[in-house]
Amino acid sequence: MSINNQLIRQDFPILLDKIYNKPLVYFDNAATTQKPMCVIDRIVHGYTHGNANIHRGVHFLSQKATEEHENARTTVQHFIHAARSSEIIFTRGTTESINLVAFSFGETFCQPGDEIIISAIEHHANIVPWQMLKDRKGIVLKVIPMLPDGTLDMPAFSKLLNNKTKLVAVTHVSNVLGTINPIQEIIQLAHNSNVPVLIDGAQAVPHIAIDVQQLDVDFYVFSAHKVYGPTGIGVLYGKEEWLNKMQPYQGGGEMIAKVTFEKTTYNELPFKFEAGTPDYIGSTALATALEYIQQIGLNAIATYENDLLQYATAKLLQVPGLKIYGEASHKSSVISFLVQGIHHYDMGTLLDKLGIAVRTGHHCAQPIMDYYGIEGTVRASFAFYNTKEEVDKLIEGVNRVVSMFKI
Amino acid sequence: MTIQEKQDIIIEEFSVFDDWFDKYALIIEYANKLKPLDETKKTPQNIIEGCQSRVWIDASINEKGQVVFVGDSDAIIVRGILALLLYVLSEHTPQEIIESELYFIEKIGLKEHLSPTRSNGLVAMMKQLKLYSIAFSSKKG
Repeated sequence: MSINNQLIRQDFPILLDKIYNKPLVYFDNAATTQKPMCVIDRIVHGYTHGNANIHRGVHFLSQKATEEHENARTTVQHFIHAARSSEIIFTRGTTESINLVAFSFGETFCQPGDEIIISAIEHHANIVPWQMLKDRKGIVLKVIPMLPDGTLDMPAFSKLLNNKTKLVAVTHVSNVLGTINPIQEIIQLAHNSNVPVLIDGAQAVPHIAIDVQQLDVDFYVFSAHKVYGPTGIGVLYGKEEWLNKMQPYQGGGEMIAKVTFEKTTYNELPFKFEAGTPDYIGSTALATALEYIQQIGLNAIATYENDLLQYATAKLLQVPGLKIYGEASHKSSVISFLVQGIHHYDMGTLLDKLGIAVRTGHHCAQPIMDYYGIEGTVRASFAFYNTKEEVDKLIEGVNRVVSMFKI
Repeated sequence: MTIQEKQDIIIEEFSVFDDWFDKYALIIEYANKLKPLDETKKTPQNIIEGCQSRVWIDASINEKGQVVFVGDSDAIIVRGILALLLYVLSEHTPQEIIESELYFIEKIGLKEHLSPTRSNGLVAMMKQLKLYSIAFSSKKG
């Protein structure tokens, strides 16, 4: 199935908006994606006709809301091909999912001197929680180095694995460089050393079909808002055998089996990790978003976006003095670039005035900036609702800014 | 010229442009006219670090007892806005600067650069200009 772009764009009301009286060109999809009408409708419907606190309620609405929330969990399960719905934990997003594992896995399994491996191309969300664990438990953080093209140094990774390694936590796709990491190989190598693996899928799930069982990944995390769903909800997939052994992250209602002032016994999965009232409206809207992109087809999306990426890359490289950061052969639809002599803030500010939304700065990945010796980049990231005509507008805008700076 | 008169001149100058790009072209023009800051003045002490760009400001007192500001930024647009700020505030007494109200940035439609989400150090920059003046005024007193 191929993408009918004009039809798809009609599903996203915001794409019809004008910015400074110019049609919006939204190229900030790696930060967050826009929402199709069906997702917006689902949220409105949830609060209009389906709102009641879930679980434990005996009344009709509560049971209905519970059922829809649990159905949403099943939708997520099937979307990433998990074996059990109890392995799907709803969180606030990728960041909370990683913090949860860093805390619960760390408290349960890590001793001073143990090692955790991350990579040089991580988002701060997959760096800081491990540094906090380091401060708490005295673990040692090891970093897989990166190569100039934005890929990971895999031989170096193999050498980092040893009998002190407790966990490998790497991103599936770099939010700055677009690099798609060879996670199958990373998981295989880690498992050969009996080391579990967490994959940060925030930038991958909107673009790549995920099968956690085929990957044999131990933890896989992502955010709803980057995959056309609502903000404030995300997913932690964890293998049952790990989640059962890990201590809870937060205490409160829902996560308990029995509470006395002397002792509390915890609820079973997934509720052990879901203290408090969950975002049951968000979960159903996430399920709607996943169903929506499944209908379009992840392979069709990947093909279409890759075509846009190739088109935009070729056109951008024709701009004199423009350098692209991240040249992996296996890359997601993200382009970070700089034009010689033009600060990213200037480029972003001026493109904005043409109605083009790009992101500028270090993109919460300062170690990558340090590696290249730069302060930041301009980042254009594409979704399946973007078009070649929009890419042309970006190129035109970049050229206009470049000529402005020549005077 | 008073600080207010200088601000009104800038507002007047920008008012002829409807198109955003023309406004920014003028800001860039201002940026290019700003004397580059001596590298020795780009010290950690003079830096105002933002998330998106960096700004350096240094201040001294001239023989008339007025504050003279010099500054720079690595981003041209920020440099242009800085040039406007320095034009408005430089060569005034510390008291005049402390009491001044800066309204021209908002009036010429550049308020977005002052929002904390931009994190470009502009707000910190304006604060710094006043802090320098307070320091000079207390020294004098």
